[in-house]
Amino acid sequence: MSFINYSTREINCKIVYYGPGLCGKTANLQYIYDKTDPNLKGKMISLATETDRTLFFDFMPLKLGEIKGFKVRFHLYTVPGQVFYDASRKLILKGADGVVFVADSQVDRMDANLDSFDNLRDNLQEHGYDLDTIPLVLQYNKRDLPDIVPVKELEEALNYRNVKSFEAVAIKGVGVFETLKQIAKEIIIKLKG
Amino acid sequence: MDNLFWFSDEGILNKFESELDRLKIESNAKATFLIDKNGQLIGSSKNTESYDKTSIGALVAGNVAATGGLANLLGEKEFSILFHEGENEHVHISLVSGKLILIVIFDESTSLGLIRLRVKKSLKVFERLLIELEKNATQGDKENIFSDITEDDIDNLFDIGGK
Repeated sequence: MSFINYSTREINCKIVYYGPGLCGKTANLQYIYDKTDPNLKGKMISLATETDRTLFFDFMPLKLGEIKGFKVRFHLYTVPGQVFYDASRKLILKGADGVVFVADSQVDRMDANLDSFDNLRDNLQEHGYDLDTIPLVLQYNKRDLPDIVPVKELEEALNYRNVKSFEAVAIKGVGVFETLKQIAKEIIIKLKG
Repeated sequence: MDNLFWFSDEGILNKFESELDRLKIESNAKATFLIDKNGQLIGSSKNTESYDKTSIGALVAGNVAATGGLANLLGEKEFSILFHEGENEHVHISLVSGKLILIVIFDESTSLGLIRLRVKKSLKVFERLLIELEKNATQGDKENIFSDITEDDIDNLFDIGGK
């Protein structure tokens, strides 16, 4: 849930990047971190294993401009994608204002995408959230690789809500800011009520 | 109220911060912070500019959440106190009514015993303030700052960096 501090006139929102292992969640955050003005970002924290797989979460705070005199800040988190770390994923989803689901476009990762999407629904439910209503944006990542699933098929498999979706190549930054901007929009529109 | 705190009343925020200050001075700690369970900073003692409070908030909240998960697995409701001992600096973390997290950073100029004693005293004050805060929050007199924002307002947020 958003944290609105009327005394210091700040709004803080939490965005969680979700998806199967190695789909590019950390790559999204890393690109945003690399391309953002140093004055607008805090430290990026990566709790990763020795082989750079996310162990607990990645975190980066991002300051944006102001809305009605309130400073808007987004706290971006990723979850560990590997099936094994479900307990950690659950913890990180708590308090999320919006979710970016990063799907891996490669044909042989399609099952992993579907499993992760189901897992997202279950874990949201445990916190009393509903995948049908929470602000959600889909990102189809790794569009530059060979042997990928056509966007139409990904849409049919994952986008039952007909939310905005973006094709991306996260390590090169393609679609990364578009995705972030869209989820920020969805969250603020939801707050608007 | 579990996750959402609307600080519409500056008075209460000041009370939280003066208790954080008092705790820092009385326990001879280096810094005290209060965060919510999602890691959002609620208040801090004075002279804490050298600390990266946002990162501390996120990491301590993650830490408390992970420890809470562990407690559940072991059949405990929660572990209400966490203590991390470093070579020079130490961190004492405690839950306030299961909703907020009190962080005390200290070094060898004080002792864990004194920190625990003073924290106990402060927890009572924070618990009282939390009840006061919840009472105010239910009065529902907040201005809705989002009611008349436009797509342009949202777009303008992103004019500052990145793409």
